[in-house]
Amino acid sequence: MDWFYVKGILILSGINLMAVLGLSLLTGFTGLFSFGHAGFMAIGAYAAAFIGVNLRLPLIVSLLAGGLAAGIISLFIGRLTLKLKGDYFCIATLGFGEAIRLILDNVQVFGGARGWPGIPIRIDLWNVVLINLAGIAFMISLVNSRHGRNMIAIREEELAAETIGIDTFKYKMISLFTSAVYAGIAGGLVGYYTGFLQPKMFGMTKSTELTIIVIFGGIGSISGSVLGTLLLTALPELLRAFALWRLVAYGAAVIFIMISRPEGLMGGKEITFKGILRAFGFGHKHGKAREV
Amino acid sequence: MDILEISDLTKTFGGLTAVEDVSFRVQEGSISGLIGPNGAGKTTIFNLITGIYKVTAGEITWRGDPIQNLEPHVIANMGITRTFQNIRLFKRLSVYSNIITACHGNASYSIADSVLKSKRFRTEEKRLREDAVSLMKILGLTEWQDHVAHSLPYGLQRRLEIARALAVKPKLLLLDEPAAGMNPDETQQLMHHICRIRDEFGCTVLVIEHRMDLIMGICENIVVLNFGKKLTEGPPKEIQSNPQVIEAYLGKEAGISA
Repeated sequence: MDWFYVKGILILSGINLMAVLGLSLLTGFTGLFSFGHAGFMAIGAYAAAFIGVNLRLPLIVSLLAGGLAAGIISLFIGRLTLKLKGDYFCIATLGFGEAIRLILDNVQVFGGARGWPGIPIRIDLWNVVLINLAGIAFMISLVNSRHGRNMIAIREEELAAETIGIDTFKYKMISLFTSAVYAGIAGGLVGYYTGFLQPKMFGMTKSTELTIIVIFGGIGSISGSVLGTLLLTALPELLRAFALWRLVAYGAAVIFIMISRPEGLMGGKEITFKGILRAFGFGHKHGKAREV
Repeated sequence: MDILEISDLTKTFGGLTAVEDVSFRVQEGSISGLIGPNGAGKTTIFNLITGIYKVTAGEITWRGDPIQNLEPHVIANMGITRTFQNIRLFKRLSVYSNIITACHGNASYSIADSVLKSKRFRTEEKRLREDAVSLMKILGLTEWQDHVAHSLPYGLQRRLEIARALAVKPKLLLLDEPAAGMNPDETQQLMHHICRIRDEFGCTVLVIEHRMDLIMGICENIVVLNFGKKLTEGPPKEIQSNPQVIEAYLGKEAGISA
């Protein structure tokens, strides 16, 4: 294995990680399932590429603009669907994701189904890692604040959350918005890494893959999302030996792991510095891993 | 002074009238009881007060302002909160997390504050932790603070739900069958806690309960419901000897001999 190949996989993991972190907030911490997050990635990807190519703005500004575009669209979607109970929201996001893909397939401005080649390649491992670190830091601060706790309360027991004064609709909107921004940034990264965008890249398969990673890593765990992304992005590559049967083996592996560890890799726990120190025998003996 | 006034409250579900023309008042600083046989509409009234159900007709007045049909979280922030008949804790969270989550209203830092770890974030977050710790101490939950809520014994789950409600700093606390499933010893403790809550938190309490020892032991005023209508109202002594109440619970004497 040469470094170029490994680096490629790491960059892809980093791109996936941004989308997964966002989805982790929505699904893992707020308890809302989405099967349309690839739609937000698509919006971010095309918006970021469009702004970067036409206005010649720096990479980080284009990415943020892509994230913001996805975020703004998510507010419309959220306004319409977040009052729906339970599974209805999930179905609405499924429809949304497919609608975005079909619109991009048919609108010729961005090349339609043929795709959009020639986007300047501006992504390297170092800037993906920096963006990821910022994304992780933001997410950790958010979930450990009262705002994050309010979202977790909604996941645990929505009615009780209301009766202790949490505006559940508002917090669901914040959660959806934030997760759409993350997905949008991830989409922007895709365009600037591959230099090519095609609506097909952002189909149902992508949305499902993101949800699988969140559940695989463990609901309500950021370290779980990071580990899950690294493992599940690398897994199809490790399975290259199976050739045609690769995706079957991938599915079988995921099923096997979920059966043997239904709560996900981390099961709602986090890897913390204190935890690591403790594992090696330092620090207080009495402490325990942080709750979900 | 009356803190809560309910007038001609009616709630229908399709053709079924769950609550019909019920009126009563709750005095500030009192412990009041709401009793009645199963299906009398007690919990429905709680759901109407807390905004979980929309009112069909009638008025609910909180310190002089109508509050019917407001969103539950708005009502909670006005100072009315409740516990549930079928306990609704944040099951997978620790006792401490359950309580500190409910303390959120005592802080006002923004998401930007929490990301930048501003001074406001640190001082307010510290205050929330202190609030949670003191509530655990008052309700005797300190030794359980790291336990996951659903692993607690039943009586403690009920107590945790009360602690979580108190974290909202309510002016009116609605308790829906707080003693259900408790043994006599736990019920005694609960009665003691309810009285303490009223005295130490300056909180008015309205309680639904089937355990007459609890209701008669702590309530100053009791409202009796039957088939969605108010049967009568009065202090415990009066209610105990009221023939209508006895009839609602036990049936008519003539009915037995017939």
